Amino acid sequence: MPLLEVKNLKKYYATQKAVDDISFSIEPGTIFGLLGPNGAGKTTLLRMITGIFFPDEGEILFEGKKFDPAADALRIGYMPEERGLYKKMKIGEQAMYLAQLKGLSRPMAYKKIKHWFTKFEMQTWWNKKIEDLSKGMGQKLQFVITVLHEPKLIILDEPFSGLDPVNSNLIKEEIYQLARSGCTIIFSTHRMEQVEEICDQIILVNKGEKILDGTVNQVKQQYKENKFFIGLAKTPPSVNSQTFDVVSHEENNGLMVKIREGYSTNDVLEFFIRQQLPVREFHEILPSLNDIFIRLVEGSAAVTRQFQTVVS
Amino acid sequence: MSKIWLVIKREYLTRVKNKTFILSTFLTPLLFAGLIGIIVFITVKNTDKEKIAILDNSGVFTKATDSIKAVQLRLNPTVDSLNYDKSGYTALLVAPHQGINQSNNWRLYSKKSLPVSAVNAIEDRIRKGVENNMLMAQFHVNNENIDSIREQAHQLQLEEKRLGAGNNDRNGSSVVAYIVGYGASFLIYITLFIYGAMVMRGVMEEKTNRIAEVIISSVKPFDLMMGKIIGIGAVGLTQFFMWIILITVFSSIIGAFIPHDVMMQVNEVNKGVPGMQMSMQGSEAMMALGKISHELSSVNWLLITICFVFYFLFGYLFYAALFAAVGSSVNEDPQDAQSLMFPVTMPIILAIVIMINAITHPDSSLATWSSIIPFFSPIVMMARIPFGVPGTVPYWQLASSMILLILGFLGTTWLSAKIYRTGILLYGKKVTWKEMWKWAFRKS
Repeated sequence: MPLLEVKNLKKYYATQKAVDDISFSIEPGTIFGLLGPNGAGKTTLLRMITGIFFPDEGEILFEGKKFDPAADALRIGYMPEERGLYKKMKIGEQAMYLAQLKGLSRPMAYKKIKHWFTKFEMQTWWNKKIEDLSKGMGQKLQFVITVLHEPKLIILDEPFSGLDPVNSNLIKEEIYQLARSGCTIIFSTHRMEQVEEICDQIILVNKGEKILDGTVNQVKQQYKENKFFIGLAKTPPSVNSQTFDVVSHEENNGLMVKIREGYSTNDVLEFFIRQQLPVREFHEILPSLNDIFIRLVEGSAAVTRQFQTVVS
Repeated sequence: MSKIWLVIKREYLTRVKNKTFILSTFLTPLLFAGLIGIIVFITVKNTDKEKIAILDNSGVFTKATDSIKAVQLRLNPTVDSLNYDKSGYTALLVAPHQGINQSNNWRLYSKKSLPVSAVNAIEDRIRKGVENNMLMAQFHVNNENIDSIREQAHQLQLEEKRLGAGNNDRNGSSVVAYIVGYGASFLIYITLFIYGAMVMRGVMEEKTNRIAEVIISSVKPFDLMMGKIIGIGAVGLTQFFMWIILITVFSSIIGAFIPHDVMMQVNEVNKGVPGMQMSMQGSEAMMALGKISHELSSVNWLLITICFVFYFLFGYLFYAALFAAVGSSVNEDPQDAQSLMFPVTMPIILAIVIMINAITHPDSSLATWSSIIPFFSPIVMMARIPFGVPGTVPYWQLASSMILLILGFLGTTWLSAKIYRTGILLYGKKVTWKEMWKWAFRKS
């Protein structure tokens, strides 16, 4: 049974369709990437899942039951992109306050905070104020506050912005560990290399619509362009074949080729064997998520531009 | 319920523990006491009178020196308009050679302009002298006889009695009612602004610090808003009670320093011993003091205190919700806050303007109606209540004013909650009144 199931979710504003008929489901223990350009409707979608907004249409199922914001919100940890804390409040008190708002009792909240503060080496921060912390330190604190009450579902919107590589890794490790212990994580970002590294499953949202859904590998397979890298023993002379096109010449006698339709990898290898060119390396080049992202999002922009020229 | 309680607790404790709060709570009564002390000191010790020389051959001014309010007059035939200032006078009053009985023939020469009160006092004195002159000339009545008759007549004082249930045996006093009403409604006016602005700043802080979204994922926006409003209201009440305690303590300390025989004298005046001859100037002040303390006891303090707490509380709740709505719609720019706040502060300022009129005519229809309309009632009604319930303010007016204020509070809170929940999560966009109106009245 999926932990979270979103069915035909819609949220319209007066001027735009922020979320237009989006459905997906997330299995427990997965790290789920929610991708999309700015203004795609990611935040609106997340706000509906956290119970901040009510959807206009569609439904959300949490652990198989209809999502009840009042009760289920306590089992969700949400770290919004626009996040902050009270400037003038002591960090310890602040953490206690937010933990109690999530339904923890006072002694329980204290125990949990102590545990996490020790884990992240933040014990000395208790009596400090946010003003005294750097941006990265604040980020770490935000993360702790988000996961403190041991939520089933953790939603992180751009969790690594402003973090140095050391702290980034610390949080990344923590995310893996939480996923292994059965937490489900929704991870929203623009940084594609992080998505490729961390996420099991992704969806891509643009202009309120879902345009891509699947595991990272599935998506890459779906958008592969039959590109291959060939490493040769010596610099090849001009290569001309009807089975493939040369995309570019690479370093170390490498060639990037694209196989023409109707031909297979063996046809390419056959060509080089016939040419007496020893092949040292041969592997498929899958597109990076970044390329796919840009292609899909820019493509949609191109459609609008074309449309405009027709009108004028 | 437990969550709104957590929010209230945080709002209350962070503010009460704040150094500024502790300082202002303890310093304000001190400042207040100091201010009263200074005012008393100035009125008692004001010896800095303008010295004015008089050139008068007509005999209107009989006394060689005469000290009246703000001026000291001295008959001095040796000075003239050229050298009066060298002799230490600030002005020279010259009586006319002819037509003495027309005061517009009199001339007052000075280099700087004299205070209005001084000029008025001199005018009064001339009129009186002229009057005496004419009485003497036409009816042959002696000056001194007139003065003694005047003095006897002057001792008569009007004792006001209010009729009607509730204050049968109470001696009404418009002066004390005036002062109490003015003070109470002004206090509400100031606190509406102080605590209203505090709510607005609190909401703005949560919005600009981006903590709102973190909290709203675990608390309903309405609970967050109400928690803030109630928490800050509790801070206001705490401050009031602290002030009352501190002022009581201070005044009893000050009371201990006033000499015993002075207090005895005040008490005697208080009992209303008639015909007590007061020759000294100081005793006149004592009599006034005695009269005031007598009149203070004629005011229904319990009713006024209860009404004050009610109108402060619900007036605050009525406006705080609106201030919260404004705070939620403002972006970082404080300039926006100013322009959006204007429609909310407007009725409060209008109320104080109406109050100033209502306190002199507490029975007028303007005063009556605006003390029932929730936008103005906290301020205007507080100005009317000290004049007597149900004498000046019938029970039906008080009841409908209170009920409408409670209904009004529910109304503004309901509207503001809708604006708040949209505004608090909207970043980087300047909100107009038209949009806020739309948020408030659209179906959710």
